[in-house]
This record gives sequence, structure tokens and C-alpha cells, in this order.
Amino acid sequence: MLQVQNLSVSYRGTCALQDVNCSFGAGELVGIFGPNGAGKSTMIKAMLGLIQSVNGTTLFLGKPLTQQLAQVAYVPQRSQIDWDYPVTVWNVAMMARTIQTGLFRQPSRQSRELVKAALERVGMYELRDRSIGELSGGQQQRVFLARALAKQADLLIFDEPFVGVDRKTEDIMFEIFAELKSQAKTLLVISHDLSETLSHYDRIVLLNKRLIAIGSRHEVMTDDNLKAAYGSPMHFVAA
Amino acid sequence: MLNGLLDPLGFEFMRNALAMGVLLGILCAVVGSYMIVQQMSMMGDMISHSVLAGLPVAVFLGLPLSIGALVAGVISTIVLSGIESQSRLKIDSVMALVLASFLAIGTTLVTVLPGANRIDVMHVLFGNILGVTRSDLILTFGITILILIAVWLFYKELLFYTFDPIGAQAGGMPVRWYYLGIVTAISLTVVANLQTVGVLLMIAMLVAPGMTAYLLVKELHQMMVMGAGLGALSGIVGMYLSYYLDIPSGSAIVLVAFGLFLLAFLFSPSQGLLTQSEMKRQLADRLRGLTRSP
Repeated sequence: MLQVQNLSVSYRGTCALQDVNCSFGAGELVGIFGPNGAGKSTMIKAMLGLIQSVNGTTLFLGKPLTQQLAQVAYVPQRSQIDWDYPVTVWNVAMMARTIQTGLFRQPSRQSRELVKAALERVGMYELRDRSIGELSGGQQQRVFLARALAKQADLLIFDEPFVGVDRKTEDIMFEIFAELKSQAKTLLVISHDLSETLSHYDRIVLLNKRLIAIGSRHEVMTDDNLKAAYGSPMHFVAA
Repeated sequence: MLNGLLDPLGFEFMRNALAMGVLLGILCAVVGSYMIVQQMSMMGDMISHSVLAGLPVAVFLGLPLSIGALVAGVISTIVLSGIESQSRLKIDSVMALVLASFLAIGTTLVTVLPGANRIDVMHVLFGNILGVTRSDLILTFGITILILIAVWLFYKELLFYTFDPIGAQAGGMPVRWYYLGIVTAISLTVVANLQTVGVLLMIAMLVAPGMTAYLLVKELHQMMVMGAGLGALSGIVGMYLSYYLDIPSGSAIVLVAFGLFLLAFLFSPSQGLLTQSEMKRQLADRLRGLTRSP
């Protein structure tokens, strides 16, 4: 369904990512792991065409992914967002429908219903008129999750979604990831959390400037692979 | 009182100046709101100084000054993003360099290009709202209407882009065009302001009403509407102060805008410095009461 072929990124003469090849199927939840600076976000941004100096191709259903971005819901890192921006919860979630609505038009009734359902699903509909800045980190992340849901995309990508969120939000997110899997969606999740949450993922990608390993948790999280990625197997907490 | 308000309206220059103050108040608040939420205020300052480079070229080529100013403003942003994206330098230092360099190009060309020395640099730097002509008013009215229509048509796209540019780009939106649209709108607003407040004070006109509104409301469109009201009010009050106190009109308008900002900064119900400390005091009193009760 999603194929990454010979993906390399160089950044001002430095190689940020080298020759990554992997593919992901429908109904699959994939965790992307690696140390800071391993190129996890770079890989995602290169796949989506958000950065330049990229070699290689990313195909989605046989066609370049960059030509099908309407099928993608992307949740950026928390640090990329200005949380003091004057916007309400409802309008953040409604951003999901911007492309579908089209230029010079108001969101359709169907769009409003989708946004309402998505906010209800993450437990944020009651707070729809609040400013995004008035919410906790976990609530903000749930609004972004609702935005991703309301887009009804086939490929969902989350960059560090668990940073700064509470346990309740984390549980809701994994519940929703499971629902999306059952709807044959493909989910890529960048994470740092090498704890028991690893068991949620169908497959793990381990990166450190190159693809170290891809496969099931037990195949990937070996001492040798962890040493290749992190320099030491000690970071791995739960088996 | 009423006579005091009506007397100045007997002069055409005053009527034109007041109309210009209202128009610029509205235009600056709308464009300035985008600058504030995108943290592009210093870019507005850079563009306003950079337009000076286009004025002597326009005179030399026999083009309207506004065209020269607009082109120079847009080119300065292209130079800025070119240097910033191709180097490790941070955007604030690149902006400082571009601002000063374009200003230097402008002042040099004024003396070098044939005919360009008829540009009054002092006038460009400080503006003169009392010298506003009917054609200046028509130009500013046109720019204001154009930008208001564009903002109305592209509001939801610009909201998404300015809130989450990476998410918008990842969703397939043509973000480069939106960026170019915003910098063009800033440049057009600068052109409209050039005659009136001049290069040096322009940045305050652009950001002060929006900043004041930002402290009082919670949505971008509310910030624009309230900012427009505050901007127009600053223009009118500033002009009357200028008329009666005989102080420079641009400075008077900016000082009124700053006064309104200070009021919001101190007394905003949700974010005011004094109202917040009062709320904290009341909360502390209430908590003390709770701990005392059995």
C-alpha cells in the first residue's frame, strides 16, 4: 500500500537519511523508533515532500504519495505549533475539512457532522468553544487527533504524539489507533517510548540515519539492533 | 465639544487625513493580525524599510512610486527567504541585514539615479498625513478593498496555514502561494502607509491595533474586526490630537494606538496584568477561607 524506495536525504552536505527501503500495508500500526537526530521526522517529511534535497520515491497505492496528500492526515510535533494562536478547538478540528471544502466555500453539513463526531470520539466536543491555548497538553493532542480523524484519510502519520500527554489521552489514542486499523487505515507513529506501549505496534521500524531493522517487536528489539541504533542496549526497558 | 469635533472638518486636508486614518486603521489591523500570529512583525518592519530601494528606480523608469515600492518590498522577502533557506543563519539576523541593505540601496540610488533626487527622503521616513491627496485616498481604498476581499475568500485556508504551516503543507495545500500572498499583502499595506505615517512609524500602525485585540478576544477573525475598530479609532483620535496640540500626526496616531494597547495590557478581562493579579488575590482569599473553615 505504502512503499518507500531508496529514500535518502542530505542536509547542507550532511547525510540525514540514507537509502531507506520499506513498505507498509493497510490495517497496520507501525512504530518508528530511533535516537534523537536519527532521521525519524526527516523520513516522514521526505515521504510527504515537505523537505528538499530528497532522493528516492514514496508510492501510495502505486502512485507518488506527494500527489495524493488529500489521503494523508499528518499530526506534527507539539513544538511546531504556536499554542497561543487565537483559534478555538472547533476551528482547529475543522481545518481537516479545508481541502475537501474547496476554495471560496463554507464547510458542508457533512463536514460539520464529521468534525462533531471526531471531537465527541476524543471527548473534546464539550470544550469546542475553548481557545486551544486554554487546554492541557493531552487535550490539545486529542484535538489534533480529532482533526486527523475528521479528515477521513487512509494514511495517518503522527510525529511524537505522546510527548507531554497524560495517561488518559495515551489510552484514548491507542484505542482509536486500533479502531483505525480495523478500518484498514495505515498508521505511522514516531515515538520515543520504548516501554510496554511497544506491544501496540504491529511492526517496528528502527532508524539511525539508515534503516537498522523493520519487523515485529521481537525481531527488531534485539541487543544488536539496539546497539546499532542507540549505541547501547540499555535503553530498552520492556521486552 | 461638538464644535471642537466639527471645526477641523471644515478643511479638506483634515477630511482627507481622517478618511485615510480610518482606512489605514482597518487595513493595518487585518494584515497586522496575520503578522502577529505568524510572528512576522519584524518582517513587516523589514519590508517597510526596504520599499525605499524601489522609489528611486520607479522615478528613473517613469513608473508610479507605489509600483516601485511594492516590487522592492516583495523582492526583499524573496532575498530574505533565499538567504535563510540556504544557510544556517537565523531569520532575525538576515532580516536586519536585508532591512539595512535595502535602505542603503535606496538612499544611494536617490543620489545616483538621474531625477531620483526629487524624492524627499525625510518625507518617506516620517510621512505626512496632512498632505494626503484624493488619489492617495483612492489608492488606499483600492488596496483595502482588495485585501479585505482576499482575506474573506481565503480565510479558512489562511487560518490553517498560519496556525499549522507544516500540517497545511502535508495536507497538500499550496503553502508557498499563501506565504507569497501574505508578504504581498504586507507590501501593499506598506505602500498604502508610505505617504501617511512613513517608514519609521509604520510598524506600530501594523501591529499595535492587532496586538491590543489579541489580548481581548480568542479568535483570529475577532482580532481582525476589533483591531480594525481600534485602528480606526486611533486614526481619528490621533488626528484630532495632532490638530489641537500641534504634534506630528503619525506620532499622535501611534501614541493613541499604544495607549489603547496599554489599557488592554493592564485591564484585559482574560489576560490583563492588573485583572489577573486581582483574580489571583481573590482566589487566594477564597482558598484561605476554605482552609480556615472547619
